[in-house]
Amino acid sequence: MGREGAVAAIQMQRVGKRFEPRHADGLAYEALAGVDLAIGEGEFLCVLGPTGCGKSTVMHLVAGFETPTEGRVLVAGKPVSGPGADRGMVFQNDRALFPWLTVDQNVAFGLEVAHRTPAAVRAAVDSNLELVGLTGHRTKFPRELSGGMKQRVQIARALATDPAILLMDEPFAALDAQTRRRMQEELGRIWAVSRKTVLFITHDIGEAIWLGDRIAVMTHGPAARIKEVIDVDLPRPRQNMTPGFVSLYNTLDASIRAESEAMHNA
Amino acid sequence: MPDQDRAHPGNAPASPPAASQQRPRPARDLTRSPWVPVLVVLASLILWELAARLTIPILLPPPADVAEAFWKSAKDGSLFRHIGASYFRILTGWFVGCVIAIPFGILAGRLKWVRAVLDPFIEFFRFIPPIAFVTLFMIWFGLGEVSKVGLIVYTAFFTTFLSTMAGAMGVEIERIRAAQCLGASPRQVFFRVIVPGTVPHIVTGVRLSLGLAFMTVVAAEFIAAESGVGYLIFSARLFAQTDFVFLGILVLGVMGFVANSILKRLLARIAYRYDVNL
Repeated sequence: MGREGAVAAIQMQRVGKRFEPRHADGLAYEALAGVDLAIGEGEFLCVLGPTGCGKSTVMHLVAGFETPTEGRVLVAGKPVSGPGADRGMVFQNDRALFPWLTVDQNVAFGLEVAHRTPAAVRAAVDSNLELVGLTGHRTKFPRELSGGMKQRVQIARALATDPAILLMDEPFAALDAQTRRRMQEELGRIWAVSRKTVLFITHDIGEAIWLGDRIAVMTHGPAARIKEVIDVDLPRPRQNMTPGFVSLYNTLDASIRAESEAMHNA
Repeated sequence: MPDQDRAHPGNAPASPPAASQQRPRPARDLTRSPWVPVLVVLASLILWELAARLTIPILLPPPADVAEAFWKSAKDGSLFRHIGASYFRILTGWFVGCVIAIPFGILAGRLKWVRAVLDPFIEFFRFIPPIAFVTLFMIWFGLGEVSKVGLIVYTAFFTTFLSTMAGAMGVEIERIRAAQCLGASPRQVFFRVIVPGTVPHIVTGVRLSLGLAFMTVVAAEFIAAESGVGYLIFSARLFAQTDFVFLGILVLGVMGFVANSILKRLLARIAYRYDVNL
């Protein structure tokens, strides 16, 4: 996977993030402390952790929505200074789509702000709609689509500008169980084709095993860090309930359960 | 999903539009009949006529008297002069007010310091109805058109500004972040996300302020005017011509209905894209 290479696609070095109080008598909140993480080029890394552990903060730091209060976040060796087209993002919430644009106009957005030629825009929109299986719905508005289809639009839109990195913040968490399972399979297929570096945030253990090359488990917050990084040594496409799957599931489940319990006892 | 039933011009035939037509409907849906409004109007006229017979014309003139007042003022052209004068003030003031309010509203919604400066004024002026300024505007701008149009500019500006500002403030953070992740510059985020994201609130403000412009114009024409529907009503009162008062009120209703219908027709072009209910 090249994660031992000279420059990792994404590197977090002793990253801390402290949120200042919003009003005079509020309390500061230390979300992250000493987060170390390196993601290799072309690698699919899942960040798994209990609710409220700061997974989303990790994502926001890499996306450039937030700045670390300690340590450094590097993308392709350079410190992150803000959001950019080199990191495509798929949000959990479908409000991230532009409701006044049709499916194809949503997918074209990144290409148009980069002033690509109409032919290039069209080609990229066509191929990415085909990739996510939405060619027949291109002139619909997002509100005319189901939840799963909206997330496909988000994926196509993020891939259209051909970013090196794909950031996915619990993209399937709001979907029903069947749709979620299908979207996970689809994403596995899309990733096999596109070979992007993927940072995938989830609280779903099965999802992390189905998708990830490695799984980073976080400790509970506040001052969360990476507890351990586990290799998923299972052949792709991943199968349900194989002995390897089950034993890994149990390991991760115990690890997360320990964190939730520690949080409640704290 | 009920949304999928809604027809959309550019739609691929993926979702069958016939679905809603095939659904068994109750035998007769009277509320949908085009005859209902006609019957309601006729019934009101009959009730009005009956009520008028119970009293004297100076309190409640019968429909025939009002119709006669209509013919009289239509024949000598004065009615249309009044309608034209009021429409001119309403539409000019409303248009100018909205055109100024929209860019300022968006900027105020997005720039914290602009909002900080404006907030005390907004919280103060929002409780003062525009007609409270009628006299002041007369003193400042004279008795001509400027004071009346100016008052409507203020009315439309304030309403549209507040609505637009609320809309611009409420543009979803995910949407802005999504645009940033797709490489949009601050300028592109503004024009491609903030502005279109505010459109539904702009539509609300523009429609509300058109209604308020009608209220304001009548008040202004009551106090100082030589023409206009408000003047028609007020001068008829002086001569106890209740039939002309009624005529003026009915004309205002029709004028508002027509103006609102035209505005709705114009907005219908963007309503579907921006998911606005008209």
